[in-house]
Amino acid sequence: MLTLDRNLLHRFGLLLVILIVGLALSVLTDTFLSVANFTNVARQISINGILAVGVTFVLLTAGVDLSLGSVVALSGVACATFAHPGDHSVFVPIAVGLLTGAACGLVNGVLVTRGGVAPFIVTLGMMTIARGLALILSGGRPVADMSNELTALAGDLFGIPIPVLCFAGVAVAAWFFLRNFRLGRHIYAVGGNENAARAAGVSVERVKLFAYTLCGLLTGLAGVVLAARITTGQPNAGQAYELDAIAAVVIGGTSLAGGVGTITGTLLGVLLIGVINNGLDLMGVSSYYQAVIKGVIIVGAVWLDRRQARS
Amino acid sequence: MLRALELRKDFGGLTALHPTSIDFHPGEVHALMGENGAGKSTLMKIIAGLYRPDGGQVEWRERPAEFASPHDALVAGIAMIHQELMPIPDLTVAENITLGREPCSAFGRIDRPAQLLRAKELLGELESDIGPTRLMRTLTVAQTQVVEIAKALGRQADVILMDEPTAALSDHEVAALFRAIARLKARGVAIVYTTHKMDEVFRLADRISVLRDGRLVGTAPASELNPAKLITMMVGRELADVFPVRHSPSNEVLLEVAGLTREPAYRDISFQVRRGEVLALAGLMGAGRTEVVSAIYGLQPASSGQIRLNGSPLAIRNPQDALAAGIGMVTEDRKGLGLIPALGVGQNITLSALRDLSRGPLVDHTAEASAADSQMSEFAVKAKSPSQPIAQLSGGNQQKALLARCLLGAPELIILDEPTRGIDIGAKAEIYTLIQKLARAGKGILLVSSELPEVLSLAHRIVVLRRGSVSATLDAGSTDQETVLRHAMPL
Repeated sequence: MLTLDRNLLHRFGLLLVILIVGLALSVLTDTFLSVANFTNVARQISINGILAVGVTFVLLTAGVDLSLGSVVALSGVACATFAHPGDHSVFVPIAVGLLTGAACGLVNGVLVTRGGVAPFIVTLGMMTIARGLALILSGGRPVADMSNELTALAGDLFGIPIPVLCFAGVAVAAWFFLRNFRLGRHIYAVGGNENAARAAGVSVERVKLFAYTLCGLLTGLAGVVLAARITTGQPNAGQAYELDAIAAVVIGGTSLAGGVGTITGTLLGVLLIGVINNGLDLMGVSSYYQAVIKGVIIVGAVWLDRRQARS
Repeated sequence: MLRALELRKDFGGLTALHPTSIDFHPGEVHALMGENGAGKSTLMKIIAGLYRPDGGQVEWRERPAEFASPHDALVAGIAMIHQELMPIPDLTVAENITLGREPCSAFGRIDRPAQLLRAKELLGELESDIGPTRLMRTLTVAQTQVVEIAKALGRQADVILMDEPTAALSDHEVAALFRAIARLKARGVAIVYTTHKMDEVFRLADRISVLRDGRLVGTAPASELNPAKLITMMVGRELADVFPVRHSPSNEVLLEVAGLTREPAYRDISFQVRRGEVLALAGLMGAGRTEVVSAIYGLQPASSGQIRLNGSPLAIRNPQDALAAGIGMVTEDRKGLGLIPALGVGQNITLSALRDLSRGPLVDHTAEASAADSQMSEFAVKAKSPSQPIAQLSGGNQQKALLARCLLGAPELIILDEPTRGIDIGAKAEIYTLIQKLARAGKGILLVSSELPEVLSLAHRIVVLRRGSVSATLDAGSTDQETVLRHAMPL
C-alpha cells in the first residue's frame, strides 16, 4: 500500500513538474502552446522514448545498457545499406535494422549471463564496437539514397507522425507485457533479488538474456526510425542517446538497483526531458547552456525524488 | 575491570540478549559458552562497540562507558577478534596488522621498516613465520586468522574479545595461540573467549559463563565444571510443550541420498527420508548441513553422489530441476535467498508456482489472486493486503509467506533450513504444527535446525554431521541432547 501510494505520489509529482514547466513555457514563449508544437515535441521524443522503454527492461533487472547510441547508428547504417530504391521490398531494410539491434542486444546478454562480465563493461565495449562497425560498414560516410518507401516512415499516418505511433505502440506493448506476462514478473523478481529469484526457480539467465535482446531490438527500431527521418544512415548518429534514455527512466522512478519501476514512469520521464529540450529551443537558449541546464535538471529531479522517498 | 550491566539487545522485535550481567577480571580467561544463537557474539559485539545496547550498560574501569563505535572501544583498550574475518585482501600482512596504527615518520609518511618490524614481532609472538610483505589474499584461512589475532595483539589492549579464534586453526597454531594467551594473562590482560571446542575451554578458561536463548544460565570457575555439566547447562531442560504429537512414518522411501560429496564442505553423505517422516540434519555451524540440503535443491550441486526420489535417480542442476521433480525448499538465508523485497506478499508467494497460475505466457491474475489469498489465510500470514511489499512484514510473517511459496507447488519432499530462526515463539509453534501436518499428509521433510529441542521433538530420526561427514544417525525417540551434541562436537 505504502509503495503504491509513493508510486502514485511520484507519478503525480512528476506530472505536476511537467505541467509547471509547460505552464512556464506557455507564458515565456508564444510558440509553445500550439498543436503544431505539441506534434513537434511528440515527434522529437519518440526516438528517445523507444530507447527509454527498451532500456527500462534492462535497468529493471539491475543491469545497464550504455551501447544504445552506437547501436542506433549501426542499425541505421545497416538499414540504409539495404534501402536503396528498387533493391528490396521496404520490409527488408526494416528487418535488417531491427535484427542488427537485436543481435547487439543478444551479444550483450550472452556476455552478461554466460561470461559473467559486469553489464557496465559489456555494454561499454559494445558502445565502441557498434560505433566502429557502423563506420566500417559505411566507409565513414553517410549512407544516402534511400527509397521513398522507407523515408515515408518519418511521415504521417492519419495525421499522426509514424515515429510517434511506433513509440506509442512500443510503450503500450511494454506496459502490457510487464503487467501480464510471466516473464514480466520474472524481470521484477530478478532485479529485486537475483539469488532469491534463482532459488524460487526463476531462470535468471534467460530473463536477463531476454531483457538485453529486447532492449537491442527496440534500439534497432529507433535506428530505423532515425534513418528514415534524416533520410540517411549516419555512422555518427546517436551520440550519447543512451544518457537521455537512462535519465528519462531514472527520472521516471526506476531504481538503478533494479526491481522497481514502471513504463508509465518512464513515459513521464521521457515527456519531461522532451518538454525541457523543446522549451530551451523555443527560448533560443544556446545549445552549450542547454546541456548544462539539462544536466542540472536531471540530477535535481532524481535528487528531489530520492529525498522524498527517504522521508 | 570490565562489567556488563543488565545488557539487552533486540533485533527487530526479537530479543537476542535478555538483560545480562557478567564481570570480567584482569589476567583471567573468561569463556562464554552456548549453542549457536545463544547470544555470545551479540554480547561481545556490544562490549566492542559494534552494537548499541537497547538496555543496560558497559562499565569500564568503574565508570559507565558508551562506545559509539569499535574505534571508541579500541581507544579505551578493548579489542576484538571477529568470528567473520575481515582482512583487506589487497594490502600486505604488515599493512593489515598495523592498520590504523601505522608507525609514522615526519609529515605522516608511513615508516615502512618500522611497520615491517612491528608486524614481525607480533607474528613472532604467535610463533608464525608468515612473511609480512605477502598480500593478504594469498594467505590461507588459517593464516588470515593468525594475522587477525596478531592485529588484535598489536592494539596493546587491556581486554581482548576472541570470538571463535581457533575455528580455522591447526593444532600447532592453536598451541601457539594458547601460549600467547598465557603471556597476555601474565601481563594482566582480560580475555573473553568463545569456542565450540570442549577441550579448549577446559585447557584455557579460568571462568565460564553459559548463555542459552539470550539469557545467562550461570557463571562458574572452570574447576567446578566438567564437560557433561557444561553441556547440560548449555542445552537446558525446558520447552517441548509447544511441540505437537509426532505420527509414525510409512515404510515407503521417498528420498534416497547416497555418497553425496563436494569437498571440502562434505563427503560421502548417505541417508533416506521416508514418506511421512521428518528427518533432521543436526550439527554445529559449518558442519555442512546447509551445503548438503542446498545440493539436493540444486542451489549448489554436489560433485558426486546420487539423489533418488521415489526410486528414480535425479540429475538436479538448479532449483528449477528440483521444483519440477517435486522438491521444495525454504532456505536458511531469508533475506539473501528468499525475499523479493519490493514485490508484494502475494507475488512473493506465487513466484515459484507462477507457471501453474498462467494461461500460456500470460499470468492469470484471477487465479493468482485467489491462490495468494488462500495461501495467506491458510498460513496465517498477516499483511495489510497481498500487495504490501514483503519487506515490511515481521520476520515470522515473512517466513510463513516463504513457506506458503514453497508449498504452493505441492512438493513431495520439503527441505526446511532453519525454519524458525529469528522468529517469535508464536510463529514457531505454528510452523511446528505445519510440519507435523505435512508429515501426516505423507510428505517427506528434511529439517535443518540448530535448536536441539526442536530437532528432538519434531524429527523421527536425526542425522548428525561433524565437519562434513555423518557422525551418527540417531532415533529421536531414544536419544537426548547430550548424545546429539557429543556426536556434533569436534573433539
